[in-house]
Amino acid sequence: MGKGQIPTEEYETRNTKHKWDYKKIKQAHRIVFKYSFKKGKVERGYANRTLYINLSSKEIKEKKVTEEMKDKFTGGRGFGLKLLWDSIKPTTRWNSDENELIITTGPLCGTTQYPGSGKSLCLTVSPSTDIICDSNVGGFVGPYLKFAGFDAIEIQGKAKHDVVILIDGEKGKVLIETAPLEETNTHQLNEQLTKMYASEDTDNSRQKVSVVSSGKGAENSYWGCLNFSFYDIRRKVPRVKQAGRGGLGTVLRDKKIKAIVVKVEKVSGISNNPADPETLAKIGTKLHREIRDLDRYQCNMRAVGTAHLVEIMDEYDLLPTENYRFGSFPKASKIYSPEFYKHFTKIIPDGCWHGCTMACSKTVDGFTVMTGPYKGQKVTVDGPEYETVGCGSNMSIWDPLWILEFNFYCDTYGLDTISTGTAIAFYMEMYEYGILNKGRCDNLELCFGNYEAVLDLLHRIARGDNGEFIKVASKGIRRVKDWLIKKDWGDKDLIEDCGMESKGLEYSEYVTKESLAMQGGYGLTLKGPQHDEAWLIFMDMVNNAIPTFKDKAEALHYFPMWRTWFGLNGLCKLPWNDIEPANNAETDDPTKVPEHVQNYVDYQKAMTGKKITKEDLILQSERCYNFQRAMNVWMGRGRRKDDWIPYRSMGPVTKMEYISRKDRYDKYITEKIGISEKDIEKMNINEKMKLLYDFRQDQYQKLADAVYYRRGWTPNGVPTPQKMKQLGMNDSKMLKILQDEIDKDEKAGLNVWGGKYKKGEELPSIHPNYWKKW
Amino acid sequence: MVNPKTVKILKFHPEKCDGQLGCEKACSNVHFKSDEGGEKSAIRIIKDGNSYKMHVCDHRGLCIDMCPVGALKRKKNGIVWLDKNTCIGCQACVGFCPIGAMRKSDERIEPFKCISCGACVRACPNGALELVEIEIDKIKEIVYHNLGVK
Repeated sequence: MGKGQIPTEEYETRNTKHKWDYKKIKQAHRIVFKYSFKKGKVERGYANRTLYINLSSKEIKEKKVTEEMKDKFTGGRGFGLKLLWDSIKPTTRWNSDENELIITTGPLCGTTQYPGSGKSLCLTVSPSTDIICDSNVGGFVGPYLKFAGFDAIEIQGKAKHDVVILIDGEKGKVLIETAPLEETNTHQLNEQLTKMYASEDTDNSRQKVSVVSSGKGAENSYWGCLNFSFYDIRRKVPRVKQAGRGGLGTVLRDKKIKAIVVKVEKVSGISNNPADPETLAKIGTKLHREIRDLDRYQCNMRAVGTAHLVEIMDEYDLLPTENYRFGSFPKASKIYSPEFYKHFTKIIPDGCWHGCTMACSKTVDGFTVMTGPYKGQKVTVDGPEYETVGCGSNMSIWDPLWILEFNFYCDTYGLDTISTGTAIAFYMEMYEYGILNKGRCDNLELCFGNYEAVLDLLHRIARGDNGEFIKVASKGIRRVKDWLIKKDWGDKDLIEDCGMESKGLEYSEYVTKESLAMQGGYGLTLKGPQHDEAWLIFMDMVNNAIPTFKDKAEALHYFPMWRTWFGLNGLCKLPWNDIEPANNAETDDPTKVPEHVQNYVDYQKAMTGKKITKEDLILQSERCYNFQRAMNVWMGRGRRKDDWIPYRSMGPVTKMEYISRKDRYDKYITEKIGISEKDIEKMNINEKMKLLYDFRQDQYQKLADAVYYRRGWTPNGVPTPQKMKQLGMNDSKMLKILQDEIDKDEKAGLNVWGGKYKKGEELPSIHPNYWKKW
Repeated sequence: MVNPKTVKILKFHPEKCDGQLGCEKACSNVHFKSDEGGEKSAIRIIKDGNSYKMHVCDHRGLCIDMCPVGALKRKKNGIVWLDKNTCIGCQACVGFCPIGAMRKSDERIEPFKCISCGACVRACPNGALELVEIEIDKIKEIVYHNLGVK
């Protein structure tokens, strides 16, 4: 498909065509309960109400969005936190009846002029972490939900039988219908529902339907993701983007929701009714032009999407390989982006929301499935994105086609590629050490590189296989660590150090060993180790731009706040710094991309009509960020101990890793720890590793000290009531909880710095209980 | 569907232009029922030293592949047409047009462009504008970046 300008109706994917008996499927639907709503108008980015559905009590109601709620929580993830705070208990777990699945939009969500403006933010109490997990995702659901009339949808309770939730913005109706005959796996289910719920049998009509679904894998694991669809009028398939992290799909299926369908009557360039559409068009066009002129020299997103990172990470020794033991590999060039470019379909506007000219959502069309229930069929594979390719290298899979196969099945089974890939990489390492073996793995030969075993594992999870290993493996690294230790199959420290999880969530795909700031970027986070809070490796390790603890702490304050802001507004982060103005390097602070920050100030102003500054953007985030941390504390997981990270993310766990970077580590010991080269030569590798281990653990604790102080938390990582008040977050229940928890820490002697400070080393503050004076 | 082979595009004879911009006014009348010309005209005549330049869409159609909702199509007569009822106002075509000929007026969110209607040709008293037929294959362009330009 190279010639371009093909009329939309003439595009052909060569995918396998399905024929289903739609009449029969529809007839099997029974309306369980329903609700009518007055169609509303979006005003300056807000629908000004949210939708509450309780599947247990069969209640549906609207909740008003107040001006105060907008001022304090902005929207998106902020609204999600507020709704959860009002609904759950500290003891709520992922499968509790009162746990909620929340999908939110944000005031800028649904804008078509500015690239990256179609994100939904999804929140729930995660099965992996027992705290709130937020995950952002593209696709049409968020914009459509808002245009249908709601800033957020909140689903509590559980249905008795599989249901489809329809939010019909055309007719002003919410219907909860049983859906026994539809497929469960995403690629087929979405095709069925998109066709069934479209008002007319046309592609334009199908494009006005968007579906949230998961799959069989989500039913049987903690890795369930949500797939958000966006119908492609050229390929004529509902494509999908994933809210991957934290098991949101697992919660969806636990609630017996097969899918959520949202449809709208019309989408226009001003569906958000912005205060100043002219400014939106101007700044949007400016960015489109930057992308047009510069993307091919910068990230090349339009050609290969985020997969362009594979070669960069390999080059800088950051591409996770064989469970993060290494950062590059001789075979890595086999999975560089040009290898995927060969398979990608070209000449299609690949944005996951209208108007995103970054167009990073690449696909392979007509891919022939090699294993499992869909073997032999031709399908569209969405991706792979960088993270998914990184899972390939982490499992030592160096064949693009098998990475595509892994990608396809994870998506359709509703499995998060990141958690799945990172976890299997850990199981593979345990297999290599003999801690796991074929017998212990229910007959799977899970050695590095065995793609067939990987796919077999996925199929068995999706089938609900009852093998002891399959059952525990599908719950992720944390549960497998506990299982291995309980079975006494291996050294406890080795198991804990190798398994790349923190707070129970699997790491995403970057090697952080040599960047302390990035270790903080993964560990000192709200939901767990995901790179969406901060990505500081280049700034820290390559450019050495943040050498001191104070510098690093400032970066670990600013960037998480800045990146949180995208989630409050329903935006994608990529158009901020994955395209940069031509003169960015000459600005005062290139890492912040000042011109684009100003775009966002102008953007929010043009939407809401409110006067704001760039400092206000950070304040908006700080409110919600601290609120979420406070909720973590409330749920029992917001302390220093919970910001623990495995040593594999800090340094070499095994001798092999030390040897692979011997020069680097020897030099590090000389320069940072102050042991002379002569003395190093006399030391054996175990002694050197021990030195490095102790030093780096201490560095991480010192980093946590500096970061907690900068963020205005206690030395044990608890946001203080004083800080919350400063931010204008005055919920008295929350303030009391925080004070009580701080008092408890005080009694237990936990309000102390975690690092071991030698004479002359600077403490973040010489005043114990510094926060009391604020 | 029959794919058109040729398209009529505007040709400018600067030596005949008197700079009175009757063409722009006629154009804005077509698009916005306004005699303002200027920002509301798809054709622009720009002073260039002692002479004039024309700035208008040449129907190479690069924008067609940019449209996420299929609002940009090549019509039977070969022209690149924006259906403003389908358009969702994203400005991708405006931003990506290599010559800036897809235009946006503050009047509405959807862009507009030359449709080779000939209103400007008829409006010019001096015959400075003309519609000429050319083969689409000779001007056609596609937008896709071929893995950078390194």
